Amino acid sequence: MNNNLAISVRNLVKRFGNFTAVDNLSFDVRRGEIFGFLGANGAGKTTAMRMLCGLSYPTSGSGTVAGFDITTQAEDIKRHIGYMSQKFSLYEGLTVIENLTLFSTIYGMSAKEIRIMSDEVFKALGMEQMKNTLVKDIPTGWRQKLAFSAATMHRPDVVFLDEPTGGVDPVTRRKFWELIYQASAQGITVFVTTHYLDEAEYCNRISIMVDGQIKALDSPENLKKEYEAVTMDEVFRLVAKDAKRGD
Amino acid sequence: MTPAIDIENVTKAYGKDVALDNVSFSVPQGAMFGLIGPDGAGKSTLYQILTTLIAPDSGKASVAGFDIIKDYRAIRANIGYMPERFSLYPDLTVKENLHFFASLFGVNVKDNYDLTAPFFDQLAKFPNRIARALSGGMKQKLALACALIHRPKILLLDEPTTGVDTVSRSEFWDMLVTLKEKGITIMVSTSYMDEAQRCQTIALIDKGHILDVDTPQRLVSNLGENLYSASAKEMYPLLQALRKLPDVKNCYTFGATLHLVAGNEFKRDEAVKAMIDRGLTDVKIYPAEGTIEDLFIKLADNE
Repeated sequence: MNNNLAISVRNLVKRFGNFTAVDNLSFDVRRGEIFGFLGANGAGKTTAMRMLCGLSYPTSGSGTVAGFDITTQAEDIKRHIGYMSQKFSLYEGLTVIENLTLFSTIYGMSAKEIRIMSDEVFKALGMEQMKNTLVKDIPTGWRQKLAFSAATMHRPDVVFLDEPTGGVDPVTRRKFWELIYQASAQGITVFVTTHYLDEAEYCNRISIMVDGQIKALDSPENLKKEYEAVTMDEVFRLVAKDAKRGD
Repeated sequence: MTPAIDIENVTKAYGKDVALDNVSFSVPQGAMFGLIGPDGAGKSTLYQILTTLIAPDSGKASVAGFDIIKDYRAIRANIGYMPERFSLYPDLTVKENLHFFASLFGVNVKDNYDLTAPFFDQLAKFPNRIARALSGGMKQKLALACALIHRPKILLLDEPTTGVDTVSRSEFWDMLVTLKEKGITIMVSTSYMDEAQRCQTIALIDKGHILDVDTPQRLVSNLGENLYSASAKEMYPLLQALRKLPDVKNCYTFGATLHLVAGNEFKRDEAVKAMIDRGLTDVKIYPAEGTIEDLFIKLADNE
């Protein structure tokens, strides 16, 4: 295993019947990197991400996440990663502290560790007075931050963020990205999907998936040079324009 | 001409939370009208009032000339509504969803085929797929097709493109332009500022108040900020360092660069030098043009 790689996959394939959702993916993500995993709706991002998180077994191919084999050590992977999605991330009927405790316990932290870390989180976010508030009663912006904290409080090697800013306003999205920068500065590898292409600019490197395959992978700067584009939005359109699968 | 939507002093509170506070504006017939504001501003509450799902505490409103209280049934027959969350029946197929909505409104699926022909043709490729299994972009196309099935006069769209990729978003908006050309009035909310730019008129809403209603161009030209674009090889350290400079009112990420809102005493050359002194490389700071996104950030920061 290469210690500098948080994620390393080779020839990863996932088929459902005769439909090839993920078609021969090979790529590496360095430790501490912010890696943007882009693609059109239906390109196979979610299927690929599920395999990386140990939730789905590849049809063929191999890989490691946080140093563990995705085909034989799925349970180890789950303990060493964090996961957050816009669709579901917190229990609305539980309080802020109950949510943090629940997720941290699932990730195997002790009661003492949870106490110390959650105090740190509340201080860092300035949320002390909201500790015992039900999650459904706190504003969206705070929920985002809290969900991110719940996914990273156990200091995972890699955190997977599946459209963490979907439907979120421009100010809240920017605050969220500062949390990503901070986590990355602390050595956590960030693997993130987004449809906001200004956010692609904030990644160290990005990949663009089309019809189950990675069609482009580089830093935003190099991709813009390669495609002679001014914005990542243009790059995305140029890469995705030949998509057959579409929706 | 009667406005398509007319809202007068509408107020709605949930307990102590005032979701809408004395909101008034009107949307002319045939307009592409944007409702723009941060999360929790009251946008969805306003949609629920206009679609007659909830009643305001006070104030008046009419949609397609009908009163939202007295004539709520007439309104429902004249509007198409896409709520913020996926509005279809996930366990029904594409075809079943279309037929279900058609039968609710007493029409045939094919009756208004001309409205969304390109979307219908895409959907027709997999009539028997259950809605849950559709990709994000296709779900939205199906939801729009269902919302248009009875040829409504007014389309009310609450963040219709959330979770949709940039190519599908463009297709969706091209479709909205076509519908507008056919005379349908559209009121749409969005968190994508490139979409806000495509509206004729936008209302800015925050904390239940309407802050301004105008064309995107006029709103941006009234931004009144001393705006710069900044970049360096080390972007996050640059962001942190610029925020510490005196006379920098705000600094935030803006795609490949940062945007910096400067006070009157700001000196560009001195700022560049200060950044180089901190060890940053390839530092560039240039005057920049404002956008809707800058305006949005300014309004949200004035809280």
